[in-house]
Amino acid sequence: MSLLELKNVCMTYGKVKALQDINLVVEKGEWLALMGPSGSGKTTLMNIIGCMDKATSGSIILDERDLSNVSKNELTSFRRDKIGLVFQQFHLIPYLTAVENVMIAQYYHSMPDEAEALAALDRVGLKDRATHLPSQLSGGEQQRVCIARALINYPMLILADEPTGNLDEANEEIVMKIFHELHAEGHTILTVTHDMEVGKQAEKCIIIDHGRIAESKYNR
Amino acid sequence: MFWQMLKGAMLRQKQRMLMVALTLALGVSLATAMLNVMLDVGDKVNQELKAYGANITVTPKNSSVLKDIYGLEGDTAHKEYLQEADLGKIKTIFWTNNIVAFAPSLESKIDIEGQKEAVPLVGTWFDYALQLPTGETIQTGEKYLKSWWSVDGQWVRDDDLQAVMLGKRLADTLGLKVGDKIEYRAPGAPQKETLTIKGIFSSGGQEEDGMFAPLAFVQKLNQLQGKIDKIEVSAITTPENDLAKKAATDPKSLSMKEYEVWYCTAYVGSIAFQIEEAIQNSIAKPVRQVAESEGRILEKTQMLMLLITALSLLSSALGISNLVSANIMERSKELGLLKALGATNLAVSVLILTEIFITGFFGGVFGYFIGLGFAQIIGHTVFDSSIAINLMVIPLDIVLMTLVILMGSLPAMRMLLSLRPAAVLHGR
Ligand SMILES: Nc1ncnc2c1ncn2[C@@H]1O[C@H](COP(=O)(O)OP(=O)(O)OP(=O)(O)O)[C@@H](O)[C@H]1O
Ligand SMILES: [Mg+2]
Repeated sequence: MSLLELKNVCMTYGKVKALQDINLVVEKGEWLALMGPSGSGKTTLMNIIGCMDKATSGSIILDERDLSNVSKNELTSFRRDKIGLVFQQFHLIPYLTAVENVMIAQYYHSMPDEAEALAALDRVGLKDRATHLPSQLSGGEQQRVCIARALINYPMLILADEPTGNLDEANEEIVMKIFHELHAEGHTILTVTHDMEVGKQAEKCIIIDHGRIAESKYNR
Repeated sequence: MFWQMLKGAMLRQKQRMLMVALTLALGVSLATAMLNVMLDVGDKVNQELKAYGANITVTPKNSSVLKDIYGLEGDTAHKEYLQEADLGKIKTIFWTNNIVAFAPSLESKIDIEGQKEAVPLVGTWFDYALQLPTGETIQTGEKYLKSWWSVDGQWVRDDDLQAVMLGKRLADTLGLKVGDKIEYRAPGAPQKETLTIKGIFSSGGQEEDGMFAPLAFVQKLNQLQGKIDKIEVSAITTPENDLAKKAATDPKSLSMKEYEVWYCTAYVGSIAFQIEEAIQNSIAKPVRQVAESEGRILEKTQMLMLLITALSLLSSALGISNLVSANIMERSKELGLLKALGATNLAVSVLILTEIFITGFFGGVFGYFIGLGFAQIIGHTVFDSSIAINLMVIPLDIVLMTLVILMGSLPAMRMLLSLRPAAVLHGR
């Protein structure tokens, strides 16, 4: 059984057809890159897979559960338990330190555990910055805190919407290195990107255009 | 973790939180002031209103029957009297503490030298030390009952049997002033005697056409030792309601239970009834207009205060709702993130409400003490006395404050519930 399976997923915002007839299968341990021009529907698709939005029609089966007919509260708990989210704009809580920002995810999931949160920061090379506030961290460091936060509850799927979109090349490299490591460890990862270079590093590229899957190819 | 988030969030928006606290402090301070004044003011307003005079008159039984049936003043031969000795019994009734003041009176006329017509003369107590059956001594008399009289000169001393007070109109007609002497002849007395005018009073009533003298003097003049023909009583009363009206039409129509409630409530009717029980051969009648208006003015004052309280709380709820909504909007990204990380609507709402309640708590405590200050200012400017601090106000304040906060947070909570993480996190 695949980890994620989308069948005929459509999403419309009023008259805008953001997604049309998306069929997609993601196997455990795969690293997929979603690519496509601006406005093609990448974020929309990520939101649906990330249990932040419900599709207008079609079925989404994540870990053997059909998401199309569950309640809002169930979606929230699904997201909490199965998904790790990384955003383009980092989204850290400004008045909490790096380690506290990681612990927040633990708090809403189960129990804050500082040792584990520190280990997650160590994992992304930020152990010595644990007590810094987001304003005291560089963009790349902030994004690494986000990744640590996304990893903390052992998600079965990591979703990253343009994780390197706001980073310079040096930081992009560091972040991509972390994704490679995660992939090597067996995590299932879905990244969205504009950048062909970034896209190529994934196992498989899915090109979306005007809300449809235009192409799907393996990179090696 | 929860507390860390709270602390962080609250410190970060100190100014807004300060505004919330101040808004709430304003509402709570007004509520505290009004409630304290309201709970304490019943007595104060009554003391003010007491100036309107007696609200119960006690007369001898038969004379009032005669008066009522024939409209007669009753000729002197058959005239009935009350006993001066019974007066202390008024302070033995159940509602004794509600009796503020009372004074007996004995009406008569006096022939003054140089006047064709006899002048009305009332014997009464002015500032009399009355020994009660309980052994206690109280001061009572016209001075307490007619506190609005303005007196030029002095009140007469009750043991000064050669002194009188003249009504202003009478004094003007006779061309007399304080310190002048009047000569009179007692019925059947061989020679004239002299009275000194100790005071001239203006009351605004018809008593200004007559004169007042100590009760003992008038009793002696008329050979009516120990007799009086009227008692005026000023009592603090509870406003009339349906039960009181029912009792007034026919006390016998009350059930046992109703009777008990009526008897044990300070209606003017039940106080009058108890006075009647205490003083033999008497009829005690409420002077209704005055008694009712006292209660009504008190009620209206309290209504007004309630209204002010309600309005001030409403306005602070509105203020809070603005502040909190703005706060939620500003933090939509942060709150959306919490939701995206798996926080339920409940968890986020609890977080926000806790923030507001903690802020509100400080605002409330601050407002409470400011309110106590307001209450004293109101007490001193309006009622000329300080206001007792009523601890009952604290739980009332807490309840009201909670309502205000919940009401004020309602719009923000709705925003919070409809906040979609997908929408805020991608910057739309
Ligand atoms: N909440 C919404 N309401 C209305 N239209 C929306 C909404 N969200 C997205 N859309 C529309 O759906 C389409 C797809 O948007 P989406 O954000 O998925 O594009 P994208 O591929 O992520 O673009 P970008 O690369 O610029 O991030 C766009 O035309 C967008 O205008
Ligand atoms: Mg996008």
